Amino acid sequence: MIELLAALTDPDLPFLRYALFTGLLASISFGIIGTFVVVRRISYIAGAISHCVLGGIGAGLYLQNVAGISWFSPVYGAIIVALLAALILTGVSLHAKEREDSIIGALWAGGMAIGLLFIAATPGYFDPMSYLFGNILLITKNDLYFVIALDILILVVVGVFYNKFLAICFDVEYAQLRGLRTHWLYLLLLCLTALTIVLLVRIVGIIMVIALLTLPAAIAGNFARSIWQMMIVATLICAVFIAGGLGLSYSLDLPSGSVIILIATAAYLLSLCKIKRRRKSRS
Amino acid sequence: MTEQTVAIQVQDLNFAYDDIQVLTDVQFDIYALDSVCIVGPNGGGKTTLVKLILGLLEPDHGSIRIYGGKPADEHRRIGYVPQYAQYDARFPISVREVVSMGRLGNSMSGHYTKIDRQQVLSALDAVNLVDLVERPFSSLSGGQRQRVLIARALASGGDILILDEPTANIDRASEQNFFDLLGKLNQHMAILMVTHEVGFASTFFKRIICVNNNQVFIHPTSELTGDLIRDMYGGDLRMIRHDHRCSAEGHEHD
Repeated sequence: MIELLAALTDPDLPFLRYALFTGLLASISFGIIGTFVVVRRISYIAGAISHCVLGGIGAGLYLQNVAGISWFSPVYGAIIVALLAALILTGVSLHAKEREDSIIGALWAGGMAIGLLFIAATPGYFDPMSYLFGNILLITKNDLYFVIALDILILVVVGVFYNKFLAICFDVEYAQLRGLRTHWLYLLLLCLTALTIVLLVRIVGIIMVIALLTLPAAIAGNFARSIWQMMIVATLICAVFIAGGLGLSYSLDLPSGSVIILIATAAYLLSLCKIKRRRKSRS
Repeated sequence: MTEQTVAIQVQDLNFAYDDIQVLTDVQFDIYALDSVCIVGPNGGGKTTLVKLILGLLEPDHGSIRIYGGKPADEHRRIGYVPQYAQYDARFPISVREVVSMGRLGNSMSGHYTKIDRQQVLSALDAVNLVDLVERPFSSLSGGQRQRVLIARALASGGDILILDEPTANIDRASEQNFFDLLGKLNQHMAILMVTHEVGFASTFFKRIICVNNNQVFIHPTSELTGDLIRDMYGGDLRMIRHDHRCSAEGHEHD
């Protein structure tokens, strides 16, 4: 523990500080968006967006290294593809109804395949592992700015449209009857989800995105009486997972993303047991 | 507005899902202070008819007018009460938040004003649930949830109330309360209710619309006869008479 504190304050180890600050600040976005994803039951859609993101990352690497567009970093590719996926998935939910899950599956795998092909076509060795499983220690100052901007964006948009988002999550048909533009609201929500996912990919990687997005909110959902309570609790829980996982992975020299996810999963299972016992004792 | 003002006018209505014709040449009027029950078997087209009236579906042919306007423009005149069973039982939401949804769509961002909050409380008062305003929706009984959804419809302030299968999953005592409440509301709004049960229909509703396999018939409830029941269910069946008791051995008719 003391060792970790020393490492955090060591001026030669800025990456650890960035990682911690980014993780703690990102918890705000994760807690808020994760709550919507859980109550609206769209974690499979979040999964599809996160896997699609590899296509954007691959395209970014290719453009940067082969096409010589040096400013086009993989994160731009990731953002564009994530937003595009959100747009397609909104259209799918409107028009494809019973085919929705097949299209989500196609998007999920297709995005990954495109990403891997781009990476294969890019000379030099790029390890897809760090994208698939994330590495919070690779976080830079720019990521920190991205997190702050995203937090502000999400707090403002959700603050303004809170009641409408609540309505489309609880009862979309009724919201439509009240004259809400439910399709646009859903698209807005998915776009915020997409941006949050791009950030999550940096921290825990494509494959584990769903876990860190949904588990804190799912745990919070067991105690919260309203959506905003659920958001606050999920944010705090998420911050604890990230800080704890980061500390543990640093002192044990293990991959940070995996340790964070393992802590989250263990906590979720524990909360399930607790709930079960509480329900039993009540009846 | 008089009792003879037409609230909902349906003319030559046709609707099909892809190739399956659900409603053919449907035609009826519902008046300003009417109380009408739509009955028919599951899958017979009742819910489709309601969705057309609400403007959630577009007719293939024919027209629907709500006080002379199109359903999509006039949907705010309609308070809609869906089946409560469709909701996620674990959704963290309070009674106040559910009823407040009836006030959405009045402002750009969806923030509630003082008037909105007052309307929410008076709607809850009308269904006798003001005390439960801060309770989680999920902690209520079936009958209470039903009344919360009615309060939400009242909070939106329309003059037509449409209810979808409201008596499913509520006990008999709540059902009696429920019809007392509908009777009160019927003094100032038209009531249109969808159900697959007909046992009670004759006591409360002025008219019955039977929807079954493309066919739609309208009857005054005074004519609840064997023919009417056949229209409802599309076949002969025995009617259970709740108002008629006999000894354990049964009795004989002459």
